[in-house]
Amino acid sequence: MLRTWRQRVTATDFVIWTIGIAIAVMVVYGSIKTLALGKYDTATWLDLTITGLALGGVYALIALGYTLVYGILRMINFAHSEVFMSGPFTAAFVADGLIAIGWWNKYPIVSLLLVALVAVVVSTTIAILLERIAYRPLRNAPRLVPLITAIGASFFLQYTFRGLYGSGLKGYPDMELLKGFWMLGGVRIFRTQATVIIGAFVLMLILYAIVQKTKMGKAMRSVSEDKEAAALMGIDVDRTIANTFALGGIAAGLAGVLYLILFPQAHFFMGFIPGLKAFTAAVLGGIGNVPGAFLGAMLLGLLESVGPSLFLDGMGIPAAYQLKDAIAFTILVFILIFRPTGILGERLTQAKA
Amino acid sequence: MFKRSYALLAVLVITGMVLAGCGPAASAYECTDAIGCVDVAPGEPIHIAYAMVISGPDETLGVDSRTGVQVAVELKGQVLGHDISLTGEDEGCSAEGGQAAGTKLAADPSIIAVIGTSCSSAARVAVPLLSQAGFVIISASNTAPDLTREGDPNQHPGYLRTAHNDEVQGAAAARFAFEELGATKAATIHDGSLYAESLQAVFARTFTEMGGEITAQEAVDPNATDFKSVLTSIAAGEPEFIYHPIFVKAGSLIINQTKQVPGLEEVKQMGADGMFSPDVVEGAGEAVEGAYVSSPDLAAFSEDYQTTFLPKYKELAGVDDPVSIFHAHAFDAANMIFAAIEKVAVQDEDGTLHIPRQALRDAMYATKDFKGLTGNLTCTPTGDCADPKIAVYEYHAGEYPPERIWP
Repeated sequence: MLRTWRQRVTATDFVIWTIGIAIAVMVVYGSIKTLALGKYDTATWLDLTITGLALGGVYALIALGYTLVYGILRMINFAHSEVFMSGPFTAAFVADGLIAIGWWNKYPIVSLLLVALVAVVVSTTIAILLERIAYRPLRNAPRLVPLITAIGASFFLQYTFRGLYGSGLKGYPDMELLKGFWMLGGVRIFRTQATVIIGAFVLMLILYAIVQKTKMGKAMRSVSEDKEAAALMGIDVDRTIANTFALGGIAAGLAGVLYLILFPQAHFFMGFIPGLKAFTAAVLGGIGNVPGAFLGAMLLGLLESVGPSLFLDGMGIPAAYQLKDAIAFTILVFILIFRPTGILGERLTQAKA
Repeated sequence: MFKRSYALLAVLVITGMVLAGCGPAASAYECTDAIGCVDVAPGEPIHIAYAMVISGPDETLGVDSRTGVQVAVELKGQVLGHDISLTGEDEGCSAEGGQAAGTKLAADPSIIAVIGTSCSSAARVAVPLLSQAGFVIISASNTAPDLTREGDPNQHPGYLRTAHNDEVQGAAAARFAFEELGATKAATIHDGSLYAESLQAVFARTFTEMGGEITAQEAVDPNATDFKSVLTSIAAGEPEFIYHPIFVKAGSLIINQTKQVPGLEEVKQMGADGMFSPDVVEGAGEAVEGAYVSSPDLAAFSEDYQTTFLPKYKELAGVDDPVSIFHAHAFDAANMIFAAIEKVAVQDEDGTLHIPRQALRDAMYATKDFKGLTGNLTCTPTGDCADPKIAVYEYHAGEYPPERIWP
């Protein structure tokens, strides 16, 4: 018994588990100390949670693009953060135009839809062009080649947009309709945050339904299972892949509009950090898996928002929020130690990996 | 075979050295300066460089100062019969950017002086490199105290600044909060940059000394966008005043998000000169109404500022208003360099100029009662040259520049 156990467990496993357990102990210890401290009341915790969910909603929509493309091409589209940036950056100018003609506060819903439409069109166009120009010619190249191309495309897009719109900040106007807050059973929730959480959730459901229920979605799933077999069954692989990028682009464009509602400023570098976080969320949830991306994104948003206060304040660590990324990524390590494929990730078969 | 070609090479090298040695004597001037001299041949320009943040979200700070230097160069025309050439590098307002800019500039021996950096974080890394290269370094906007504190590892020979030291600015902000606004509980936020960290430390120290209470000293990531969480945790201490002396991008988001955090709707907030920029009005939206910012007192500038400097600035930059606040400091910095060169340079009959580097540094440190736009500048032995007058300005939604309200 002991012998087989010894054979199965290596020293590396032991070290990794020790790290995992240490993280778990720190988290629990910090949380208990913080709660015992009583520095924050229930309302504060709820505020932090809502902030985290809103942030997670935006991450989720961006993560969808990463996860869909990975699922189908086994490739990480690092230029996706620029797909995310391009739409809303353009839409911020449309919003200015709508203010100038007086529509912004007069027809807020129409204005929002127009802004979203522009963002989606720009982001989707960029996503499709990216696939057509940068990735399709390299479809059969070694796997590292499109990865490097993606990074190159990312820089190209950033600096193109910098050239187009300048390197300064572009403010996004406040909307009368979204000012203030709603009371929800004694809980105060800001309209912007409520809009983003509900919007992200509904959009995720719609996009998930497209992947699961439509013919196009079925084609996407079959191409991700096996490209050759799908082609033999009469599925147009090129078109399906283009569709996948388009769907990711739509999600990114919408994510961008929600992002601007939360954080009303656009600039050419705005995609980098959210893109990185969304990619992390996709890995956390199990890359290639749509509900996983949603779960991972929400978890990451919550960790960033609640984590520093909950885990660190009790231990008396000053300026806890500077460490929010460190906390989020520590938890990521923790989860990946015990579930290497992510929360909902499937174990890749040899053929797919 | 190899041996023979080496021998040939050696002979060639030696011959070359001998020939160079007894070639026509370039000049009678012999450089005796401890860290060397720069020779500027007739018709060649005097090379001044800048290291400022000229791209990215904080670019207004550097672009504004650069225009200040360009105005100085234009108005000066020539120094001792030589044109002035101005080149530069982007320091990105970060330690990494400072490293890159510092390394590149230090490799160019024709540079006499560097005007920069824009940000103290970049200075911490770039200044030692530039100091090693023998340049005079003079910053128009570094305000972190340790850069000119005697004996501090971040204080280097050849470094001076025309910007005020944050010991002055942080204390002024604390006085404004405590005496003018009557706040007794304050929180601070910094972004880990040298500039913000030292400003908030001075603020917290002064505020506590005056009898106030500091409820939190938080730190954020300058690239983050969500500050609601950190603000929510700050709100638990119920401060009346939040001091966030950081930069435009994160600063404008904090101004915006503070108004959305329960308990902080009415809190007064204040930034420092790093947030004196039209981008704050653009980035914070309507929430900018009532936010304070401290800055060098533009009203205390000399008359020449309005009559000579500003028209030229507007012409060169093609803007209606200066985009930040250190242009006059940059102008003064450039003129101090020109004055020091004129004092120490040795000119041959054919017009060749010899500039001894250590003597130039000494002349800079010896600057006394220099009549600049920003006041009468006198340098301390560690390079603090400013004549600091700090004022507080208040932002109004959609308006730039902000309104001067104190003192």
